[in-house]
Amino acid sequence: MIVAEQKPLEEIRRMIVPYERVLILGCGTCMTVCNAGGEREVSYLHSALRVAQAKGGNGAHTFSEYTVRRQCDPEFLDMIGDKIADVDTILSLGCGIGVQALAERYTDLPVLPGVNTSFMGMANESGVWDERCAACGDCRLDDTAGICPITRCTKGILNGPCAGTKNGKCEANKDIDCAWILIYRRLERLGQLEKMRRYYPMRNFRAIPRPKRITSKTTVDVGEDNG
Amino acid sequence: MANSLFEEKLSSKEFMVTTEIGPPKGADVSEMIHHIDLLKDNVDAINVTDHQSSVMRFPSLGGCLLVKERGGEPILQMTCRDRNRLALQADLLLAYSRGINNVLCLTGDSIDVGDHKEAKPVFDADSVQLLRMIRTMESGKDMSGEDLKGSPKFCIGASVHPEADFIEPQLIKFEKKVAAGAQFFQTQGIFDLASLRRFMQYASQFDVRILAGIIVLASARMARYMNDNVPGIIVTEAIIDELAGVEKGKGLEKGIEIAARLMRTIKEENLCHGVHIMAVGNERIVPEILEEAKMLGVSPRAR
Repeated sequence: MIVAEQKPLEEIRRMIVPYERVLILGCGTCMTVCNAGGEREVSYLHSALRVAQAKGGNGAHTFSEYTVRRQCDPEFLDMIGDKIADVDTILSLGCGIGVQALAERYTDLPVLPGVNTSFMGMANESGVWDERCAACGDCRLDDTAGICPITRCTKGILNGPCAGTKNGKCEANKDIDCAWILIYRRLERLGQLEKMRRYYPMRNFRAIPRPKRITSKTTVDVGEDNG
Repeated sequence: MANSLFEEKLSSKEFMVTTEIGPPKGADVSEMIHHIDLLKDNVDAINVTDHQSSVMRFPSLGGCLLVKERGGEPILQMTCRDRNRLALQADLLLAYSRGINNVLCLTGDSIDVGDHKEAKPVFDADSVQLLRMIRTMESGKDMSGEDLKGSPKFCIGASVHPEADFIEPQLIKFEKKVAAGAQFFQTQGIFDLASLRRFMQYASQFDVRILAGIIVLASARMARYMNDNVPGIIVTEAIIDELAGVEKGKGLEKGIEIAARLMRTIKEENLCHGVHIMAVGNERIVPEILEEAKMLGVSPRAR
């Protein structure tokens, strides 16, 4: 899933200054799961903005709130036409994809990002999310015992640990496990250390060019070259 | 035929001494030139570091040009932290064209340990891939398979960490570096000769020259700081105690004594093929260390 953090209230308040009527729009998928922009966070932010405004400060706004199933899906965005009829901006608590999907769908309406989209990852314990995938377009988890060095090694290197690892931790951050020590231990447990002895050449950053596009085979006409 | 004086010495199988210079943070190179002049005839080669600890400085390549200008033998330290494959190859071509023919291939410290923490880390290549990149260029091709008009020829080395607290993965990487063409290794700082002995028992099966890294410590505080903050350094408690035991102001003297003692033992017991002295900011005292270790005049350049 995509993981994000809500922006600081002060930054959000600065962003909305030029707009009077603000729709706070949540997202019912990843942002709900990572507690950054679901229905509950929309409601909290709504209250926080009202309280801040009541205490005085910049501008007088009227706020409304709503949460869609998924901001990154045009199908769900079509359904909020009535919610945006009378607003001057959408403050999106969707991820960066949601913000852009809204901007593409509603060309005349400014869309503001209410969260900082951070990474793709998983919940490890309650309230703690860890990054796991860098979407490099060239998955090599088979070679690395299911532990991604591109994501979890600060240098993203492919041929084993650097010399900076100490006590199994990373030189860049002593709280973070060294990905290559994890990979070594798991390859050893699986009896696959020969995978670490192999040479891995430099990555192909063209694996899928940026911005990436994937066309699902099931939606392509039969006979069309999908390569 | 050897590609450099340093490569010639490598194949002579004589005991070798190298040291390193950290370029200045700024455009004033007068002190670096002074250090080069002080060291060039007393060692087999001088490494010039490449933004060591990810701290922005005068470039390694520029420092190597100065070593060359002053009549010394440079080793270009090249990390993959700040340059992608285009820039790495271009710098190698420049180095070769100016007679800088020795390269120490390093991945490079993390951006996070340095003074430009917000910079974009590159790491398009790692140390093993950089070694192979050089061998590819020597074959007349660049990394896209295009022909080079005039191919370079280098003497290449890498680093290894015999005192790593978890050695097995480091040894796998060491073997990859050997397979990629590394001819010499300058180790991370050695403080415990037992670990060097163990490492050499294993490493002697490979046809490469190993130079033990000797870090000159100036105080117990510096040793503890390095343990906590400098990647790849593990100073033993015994050495920290030794440094802590001297009166104020005598730390560097003690550090020189310790470094010289390690060097003498390494040479007397023939533990490895040479030493690489890292004086980290105290380059001026390297001749003193050499004298105390009875290694002044070891380099043929000094004779």
